[in-house]
Amino acid sequence: MSLTRRGMLKRIIAGSAVVMVPFGAFAEWMESAFKADSYSAALAAMGAEGAVPSDKISLVAPEIAENGAVVPVQVSSTLDDIESISLFVEKNPNPMTAEFKMFPGLEPDFKVRVRMGETSKVIAVVKAGGKAYTAESEVKVTIGGCGG
Amino acid sequence: MRIKAKLKGDKANIKVLIKHDMESGRRKDEAGNVVPAKFVQTITAHVGETQVFEANIGPGVSKNPFLELNLTSRAAGDAVVFKWVDSTGDTLEETVTL
Repeated sequence: MSLTRRGMLKRIIAGSAVVMVPFGAFAEWMESAFKADSYSAALAAMGAEGAVPSDKISLVAPEIAENGAVVPVQVSSTLDDIESISLFVEKNPNPMTAEFKMFPGLEPDFKVRVRMGETSKVIAVVKAGGKAYTAESEVKVTIGGCGG
Repeated sequence: MRIKAKLKGDKANIKVLIKHDMESGRRKDEAGNVVPAKFVQTITAHVGETQVFEANIGPGVSKNPFLELNLTSRAAGDAVVFKWVDSTGDTLEETVTL
């Protein structure tokens, strides 16, 4: 394989495109992440492997949820250059639950109500400045919300 | 869709309630038949041509999804257009004026 100037340029452009994709803000439902059946697989699918715990993420969820069908969760973060904030329920059949993309003029502070089939960790993953960070909170569920 | 917006200074707190069953495709009806998956996937908001919000969600979000978000640099009279699209392609749009 000869290394021509044109060939190198093509490869550089292709390489940077690959790097851009996981953090790009495009309007698309990430099927591979939402349909992943484990938290680690979902994390890999969204390009957030190796996410490190951060105290700049606040995740507020009840300690005990009597009704797993409706569990209120609030997530916010003071990290710089936030690209997205995602929520996972570790023990749900498909852990990935929600992903909020960031825009200028939008505060990184969201509330949503989630379903929980059983007692589980709720995990927030924040992509910021090309890296991924997490925070988690355990929620005890007395009546699951995923059955009929 | 029910949308409530409160403007305080230039900050808008917006609550969105979407009427949708969020069927995961795992639930069975009384006759034992699997209810096909049909859930909201994407919720966006625009002010004019500018996108200001996007949430992608799965069936792990509760029936009749509720979202709360906060916009900055907004002014009274701004029209925020919310739109959801579900996994079968159904969609609904609604505008809230701050």
